[in-house]
Amino acid sequence: MTTNLTIDELHKLYASGDARPSEITRAVLERIEQTNERLNTFITINKDAALKQAQAADADIKDALTNKPLAGIPVAVKDNMCTTGLRTTCGSRILGNFIPPYTATAVAKLEAAGAIIIGKTNLDEFAMGSSNENSAFGAVRNPVNEDYVSGGSSGGSAVAVAADLCSVSLGSDTGGSIRQPASFCGVVGLKPTYGRVSRYGLVAFGSSLDQIGPFGKTVRDVARTLGVIAGRDRYDSTSSDEAVPNYLNALTGDIKGLRVGVPPECFGEGLNAEVKTAVEAAIKKLEERGAEIVEITLPHSKYVVAVYYLIATAEASSNLARFDGVRYGYRSETAKTLAEMYPHSRNEGFGAEVKRRIMLGTFALSSGYYDAYYEKAQRVRTMLCNDFAEAFQKCDVIATPTAPTPAFKLGEKVNDPLAMYLDDIYTVTINLIGVPAISVPCGFSSTGLPIGLQLIGNHFDEGRLLNTACA
Amino acid sequence: MPISKEEVTKIVSLSNLALTPEETESFSVQLAGIVAYIDQLNELDTANVKAWQQRSAGEAATSFASREDRIEPSLGTEAALSNAPDPDMGHFRVPRVIGG
Repeated sequence: MTTNLTIDELHKLYASGDARPSEITRAVLERIEQTNERLNTFITINKDAALKQAQAADADIKDALTNKPLAGIPVAVKDNMCTTGLRTTCGSRILGNFIPPYTATAVAKLEAAGAIIIGKTNLDEFAMGSSNENSAFGAVRNPVNEDYVSGGSSGGSAVAVAADLCSVSLGSDTGGSIRQPASFCGVVGLKPTYGRVSRYGLVAFGSSLDQIGPFGKTVRDVARTLGVIAGRDRYDSTSSDEAVPNYLNALTGDIKGLRVGVPPECFGEGLNAEVKTAVEAAIKKLEERGAEIVEITLPHSKYVVAVYYLIATAEASSNLARFDGVRYGYRSETAKTLAEMYPHSRNEGFGAEVKRRIMLGTFALSSGYYDAYYEKAQRVRTMLCNDFAEAFQKCDVIATPTAPTPAFKLGEKVNDPLAMYLDDIYTVTINLIGVPAISVPCGFSSTGLPIGLQLIGNHFDEGRLLNTACA
Repeated sequence: MPISKEEVTKIVSLSNLALTPEETESFSVQLAGIVAYIDQLNELDTANVKAWQQRSAGEAATSFASREDRIEPSLGTEAALSNAPDPDMGHFRVPRVIGG
């Protein structure tokens, strides 16, 4: 039984009776077992529950196809979204044995739509990283070339789709963590507008930046999955009650008259030549299909990584204060007093990158430095928002590379955190502004590594964004 | 602004971490490099710019709604304690607080 099918293809097989959800799920689980030792895609495989759920789905699959958009579809979920009774580690030793007592809203919506949760995917610890090498459970390998990183932090979710271990998966994106691994692995990955998808049950990293979004082999699968997970949730006060349109209806492929903005700031120094060529060719293709290419300017682009790493780490240092070894998570065995227990548990439970970010964020928020760093960053963030508001007066969608290079080799940047941060230069702004952006494959390097085109839309304009991406 | 080892020690304590001397050494170097990079923000004049606020960006305009303060079912003791490292008779137990 083949496992490389899209949602539409699987639904066709289910409708004709040529395949049943239990057969597909079993095939997918077998393939995961064959590949996981090498690729390290999954931290936890939900084998028994998934098979049981799939068998239950067999009985009424034809009915389900009429009213459940993900009926019988195997889906993988990043291991920083809570799943009742199913271990949720965040790729960290500190949550190594954590069994959540509740389920994240986005995951509950997948299940209600008929999806079968096949497992929890590997990630950089607490979603902090751009290569998936920061996981306490080991790095994920890129299935295109196993000497290379998958990207991060949602590396496992990107590889799950790229290696045919599921049709769609969920990731989370705080500074590029869906789009960059999508680009590195040659799949489609969408970060929705801030507030489009509930964050309830997503373990918080940067609360003003985090957003859950789908990976898929096609824009159509991503659009369908977004329609399932989007919408207001009373358990997340920052989720929006903006109506959720039928995103599939938006996919007409007609982009005549669409204004595509291209900022020269994103095509200069630091951009790999092959990536530049591939992205420019993709923009040319949009023009051939009737789009109008407009030059726009994002004058503060060189400051975005600095702003992002102040705000994201400040929020992280606050969010991760909850890991204290008292109510859940790892507790140090060596501490004799409460005063020792907190720092020992945290020191033994967190990995190096998480500690680095907690410390940077604590520094940015600390007395004497708050104004010079955190407050300064929030002011420049306002300037970035103004740049984008102005740009969107002149265009409907903005096109840039997703990442400055194709995937890099495992180990290449591990000891240079700043070099790793600079890899996020095209993606972090999107989270600071809160707009949606998608990475779609647009070619390969001479060594066969995938290259991604990033398309950026205005707030809640996912329909137009998805339509541009599929054109 | 370079960041000194004394400052790193202070940050470690504020962060509730307990680093080894080797870790403190390597983090000092790395943090100094990152802060030096971040200092390029000083090129920008932000005197007349307001700090960003969630609502000012135009997104999620209709969110942030308040709701009625009604008591609803919660996790309950058993589930709330199910992941505790050291639960005891409906409580979270911790090591000695006073003395030592």
